[in-house]
Amino acid sequence: MKKIILTTFILLVLMSVVVTGAMAQQQGGTLVFGRGGDSVGLDPIQVTDGESFKVTQQIYDTLVDYTPGTTEVEPALATDWEVSDDGLTWTFHLREGVQFHDGTPFNAEAVKFNFDRWRLEDNPYHIGGEFTYYSYMFQGFPGIIQEVNVVDDYTIEFVLSEKQAPFLNNLAMVPFGIASPTAVKKYGEDYFKHPVGTGAYVLDEWRQGDRVILKANENYWRERAYLDEIVFRSIPDNSARFMELQSGTIDMMDGVSPEDVESVNSNDQLQLSLRPSMNVGYFAMNFNFEPFDNVKVRKAFNYAIDKQAIIDAFYAGLAEPAKNPMPPSIWGYNDDIEAYDYNPEKAKELLTEAGYEDGFEFDLWYLPVPRPYIPQGKFIAQAIQSYLSDIGVTANLVTYDWSTYLDKTEHQEAPTYMLGWTGDNGDPDNFLYVLLDKTNSNNAYVSEELHDILVEAQKTMDHEKRVELYNQAQEIIHEDAPWVPLVHSTPPIALKSNVKNYIPNPTGTEKLHRVWLEN
Amino acid sequence: MINYIIKRLLALIPILIGVAVIVFLIVHLIPGDPAQTMLGERATDAALARLREQMGLNDPLYIQFWRYIKDLLRGDMGRSIMSNNPVITELQARFPATLELSFFAIIFAVGVGVPAGIFASINQNSWFDNLSMVIALMGVSMPIFWLGLMFIWLFAVQLGWFPPSSRLGVGIDFTPITNLYVVDSIIQLNFTALVDILHHLVLPAIALGTIPMAIIARMTRSSMLEVLRKDYIRTAFAKGLQRKVVIFKHALKNALVPIITVVGLQFGVLLGGAVMTETIFSWPGLGKYLVDAIYARDFPVVQGGILFFATVFVLVNLIVDLSYALVDPRIQYE
Repeated sequence: MKKIILTTFILLVLMSVVVTGAMAQQQGGTLVFGRGGDSVGLDPIQVTDGESFKVTQQIYDTLVDYTPGTTEVEPALATDWEVSDDGLTWTFHLREGVQFHDGTPFNAEAVKFNFDRWRLEDNPYHIGGEFTYYSYMFQGFPGIIQEVNVVDDYTIEFVLSEKQAPFLNNLAMVPFGIASPTAVKKYGEDYFKHPVGTGAYVLDEWRQGDRVILKANENYWRERAYLDEIVFRSIPDNSARFMELQSGTIDMMDGVSPEDVESVNSNDQLQLSLRPSMNVGYFAMNFNFEPFDNVKVRKAFNYAIDKQAIIDAFYAGLAEPAKNPMPPSIWGYNDDIEAYDYNPEKAKELLTEAGYEDGFEFDLWYLPVPRPYIPQGKFIAQAIQSYLSDIGVTANLVTYDWSTYLDKTEHQEAPTYMLGWTGDNGDPDNFLYVLLDKTNSNNAYVSEELHDILVEAQKTMDHEKRVELYNQAQEIIHEDAPWVPLVHSTPPIALKSNVKNYIPNPTGTEKLHRVWLEN
Repeated sequence: MINYIIKRLLALIPILIGVAVIVFLIVHLIPGDPAQTMLGERATDAALARLREQMGLNDPLYIQFWRYIKDLLRGDMGRSIMSNNPVITELQARFPATLELSFFAIIFAVGVGVPAGIFASINQNSWFDNLSMVIALMGVSMPIFWLGLMFIWLFAVQLGWFPPSSRLGVGIDFTPITNLYVVDSIIQLNFTALVDILHHLVLPAIALGTIPMAIIARMTRSSMLEVLRKDYIRTAFAKGLQRKVVIFKHALKNALVPIITVVGLQFGVLLGGAVMTETIFSWPGLGKYLVDAIYARDFPVVQGGILFFATVFVLVNLIVDLSYALVDPRIQYE
């Protein structure tokens, strides 16, 4: 009885919070978003950079969308869908009465136009750049989407050449925003400067290198956005951007430097929001180089490095130590795995067992550029170097320019290296298969058992079954220890305290139509 | 005079060809692959091969060079690898921002540097002379990113006198035409925008102008000192001429040639874009853009940008050379 009363009470309190919250929402105003660089282009299928997606996310809608703050998929331009028993035919029912910003009606023909443009290299509108994310997620051109059929005005059917379990998650990605066929035809190669979608915001003006100005779409198919206007300003220097926030000329910013986090927390005019991690930064050991073919050596390295200390020193504490190759924000994360704790004694024992009690010397490659998962490659490498010297191993630090670094690591030329990954679609496959399957691994890690599981999971449509398979996969990886998984960073976003209802999404960008400003 | 100008303009052609060759070779020979940079962690061998083919990077270097020169002669600098925008459009969008900022920076530098140099020279070894030369020395050695950040912190965050960065405030109604905002706002008689634009120009112009100001002040001082020791200055004073007349008419005019040279050179350098100032003050100019292009190995942009910069530099030098004749009638061009 007591429990019921308590539960009722809590529910009532929660409801009142929700109700008053809803009443307090205010319409109008301009939100100024400060960021590190300008968008490369506003045609989402042709770009790969986060600064472009941040804007196109507001202008376009996708067939399905991520539920705010998660990587779960929910209806958007498609209201519901079904998949055939063989997993090859997907049928989507489209929302009726939706219009693009230019008045073009949204329907199955428009969806087909977009998919044909993306997947067919001889399509007259497959021009203007690389359709990188299409070929990446759907395996080339035309890739696994064999046919796109208009069933009726508001029903569209996709026929796949092979089963793809993450198909829905892929469709929710920002690059697959549906564009107005009229506008694509009209602007041709210059479409990237004249984006037209169905989204909550319409492009008003783009002053390249400086700012992008968006205005609310009065005919949005969801509720009209609270904000009248969003201005994305490019402010390249982190410190200068933070000073803009302090002086009030911008309302929110990303790319907060770790050293500024403390000043955000101590300033009651500002608030800090952490983006749930969808990345991993890791230190990989190449099986082609002795002694890293020895699992004891690899495990010794896992015990030798104090991840929490690295996080405190180089991430201002804004990251979680990693024990798996994928972050906990993604379903299928195996939380039962027991992390290798920081234990130099144990590491030394393992090295002795492996026959390296006198240590050895090797090259450690570190990232030449800051990445979200490893912001300060050199410093972190130096920390790892010193942890390893504690167990008697000598690491020589090596680096190259970024493109050479990527090229050489990809061709398995690095004995050990730091690298990382930011997820695309929120599916475990996008981490485990992409990074550690024998067909993809950059460190010559080959496990047939793992390969079989990962391939099976790609073809399995049953969600529970997939969770189970990925749990197994993470166990195998943990035992084989091909990497030292280092961190999952949670990038900080600083906002003025009157910016309400901002929910950062793990995927890196989010729609801002539910954000509002308190006067 | 006209002949001289034509000759100088013709001399521009071999210079530009030389620059084109050197820039092409440098950007193609330094390690780094634009396709790899563009695809980042997502690069697969198949995607890389496709992208390289599309960019024409699989052809032998001499074929790429031939294609580049052929397009260049038709006035086509190609399209940016990153954005797919024509390089010429990118330069047109960004150069005006750099030009405007450089112009106001050089106005500040000359406006402060020349009077300070003159005053220091006529009061040689006075406290003002020593102080201004110490300040000038500091100005020359000041790291601009530090100076810029301090300006923003003090004048924007703490005192709130000036906006922290960018060219124009949010919410001001203004449509750029030439991208020279000051000019555009005057043409449109949009004085609200004009005031805001000038307000935004103050901090970056001073930050960018500080080093040239210091250099100009030191050059003015030494050039003036040299002239002031000449016999005809002593004679002018002996004739009983007013001090003001001697200094400005007799001395300054003769000291002006090296000062103009320095001002011209500094202006030319500024027009290449000020990477640090543009970064700190979020100024959408050429400098920051070119550096980003170099990191991305955006070959067409780097080639086009440097070629453009070389042209501007040569033209500025030509104007400086011609202006000598204006201040010193003894100089004539055949």
